[in-house]
Amino acid sequence: MSQPDFSHDGARTARGTAFRYLFMLCALLSILTTVAIVATLLVDAVDFFSDVSFVEFLTGTRWSPTNEPVSFGVLPLISGTLVITVGAALVALPIGLLTAIYLSEYASERQRSYLKPALEVLAGVPTVVYGYFALVYVTPALDAFLPLSTFNALSASIMVGIMIIPMVSSISEDAMSAVPDSLRQASYGLGATKFTVSTSVVVPAALSGIFSSFILALSRAIGETMIVAIAAGQTPRLIDVTDPAGLFLNSIQTMTAAMVQIGTGDLVGQGPAYKSLFAVGLTLFVITFVMNLISEFVASRYREVYR
Amino acid sequence: MAADTSEAADSEFGRVSRTKDTAFRLLALAATLVGIVSLAALLANVSVDAVGWLDWDFLTSPPHPDPYEAGFLPALVGSIAIMLLIALITFPLGVGAAIYLEEYAGDGYLTKFIELNIANLAGVPSVVYGLLGLGLFVTLLDLGYGTIFVAAFTVALLILPIVIISAQEAIRSVPDSQRQASYGMGATKWQTIRNVVLPRAMPGIMTGTILALGRAIGETAPLIMIAAPTTVFGVPNSFLSKVSAMPLQIYNWSSYPETEFQYGVVAAGVVTLLVVLLSINSVAILIRNRYQQDGS
Repeated sequence: MSQPDFSHDGARTARGTAFRYLFMLCALLSILTTVAIVATLLVDAVDFFSDVSFVEFLTGTRWSPTNEPVSFGVLPLISGTLVITVGAALVALPIGLLTAIYLSEYASERQRSYLKPALEVLAGVPTVVYGYFALVYVTPALDAFLPLSTFNALSASIMVGIMIIPMVSSISEDAMSAVPDSLRQASYGLGATKFTVSTSVVVPAALSGIFSSFILALSRAIGETMIVAIAAGQTPRLIDVTDPAGLFLNSIQTMTAAMVQIGTGDLVGQGPAYKSLFAVGLTLFVITFVMNLISEFVASRYREVYR
Repeated sequence: MAADTSEAADSEFGRVSRTKDTAFRLLALAATLVGIVSLAALLANVSVDAVGWLDWDFLTSPPHPDPYEAGFLPALVGSIAIMLLIALITFPLGVGAAIYLEEYAGDGYLTKFIELNIANLAGVPSVVYGLLGLGLFVTLLDLGYGTIFVAAFTVALLILPIVIISAQEAIRSVPDSQRQASYGMGATKWQTIRNVVLPRAMPGIMTGTILALGRAIGETAPLIMIAAPTTVFGVPNSFLSKVSAMPLQIYNWSSYPETEFQYGVVAAGVVTLLVVLLSINSVAILIRNRYQQDGS
């Protein structure tokens, strides 16, 4: 506050104070939401871990919550999530970064005014629609030249990748726009082309913002649910390093898809399968939460450098 | 240019670089367009497939196992009912929180903590919000599996961070000189917020809230977790009715193996959902454009 604060509550102090606390309650509701999420997940997850040991959950290699013999090893689900995330990253990170470079360094003001809203549309399409597209259009199209299963990780991860392109491009572009023009001018002065300026000056200078966008986008890919539930199938599968192609060509199951599968079943009771929902949900929440915090931390560092 | 000797490359430094420069420019442009073009192709495909299926009967009939009889009405009405309730919940809470953070709170640790918390909430996967709804509203508060109330509260919590962040931006864009003028006239803080800040910020707040509602109408995973039925045959008649929604019905139909469903009924559902979404976003953009013309 650089200007003097002339605000006052006047004669109606009681009313002014009442509104202040009312608005404060609204703001505190967000903290309450976080507390409620953590509490909800913890209560049932702790309950779950009294039936199934924590070690068995984290190191078990078989996920079969409803079919006898039941087994709650989360590793196959983490494997599935990893496959989708790697696939989506291969699509979205290079494309998103190149998009950001184009928008920040090459595009005219007029081009930007068309391209940026068009890119935002990619993030605005409901994920259930992307899942449907992956299942009925992308898979049959790729099936023409690849031995694909009906449900496969490949088309799902391509779709997740397309969905997160705008997250990478918009945050990276913000970081690149924050790079001072004097750095570009200095490079041009030395005879550099736009390519050299973009790749050797702007990208390194904006690196922390770019990393921040990568982490945030991958966190979104990990939490993505409907695309993988519809198009990637429901087959929990451990990563087989000897056959990387097979992972993408066949059906897998991510943590989120496993939650949907249990959620769509008739689980009115309080059995271990129901409680395992919360254990998987807690795992997912912790992973994405840590990634979001890292992204926030990295991003706040670049803000300090250039602003 | 790998075949060039180093001297030749050196003497043609400028030309080689310019070739590379043009190639890179085109590569970057191609990358920018690839997502947009893919989506456009998919949308064209689904629109063509929906022709002949998306008609008045489809919009006014209940779901049916026979693809030629199947309709979208309960899901359409359900989605709209959920969305209206979400608007009623998120608008006052979101604006209230934004007013507190922008007008009342200082720059202390509590404010920073609340803002970091809101940013993090915006990144929590939607399926986890579904578990919150299941654990809190269904199990603890016993509001019933898959009712309009539970669906609306769950998705409202999900979009609240987006509403708060956009309302904060709208309030921040009101020039401080206007607040000072109001105080100078002897107005209290609340009078200033009500008569000066909110009217100026309202178009921005409305735009942000409506865009967030567009996000809400496409959410599927939270509704699955609170056990909203994927197929409902009657139109909901109270807030405690079990409710389906457009994305949920689409999810359900997409698992039907018949071609008539996969390339017909579901396509019609998808196009309906996208048209509703487009209408919502157009309203938001109309409000924004009008405000930009009026604004000083």
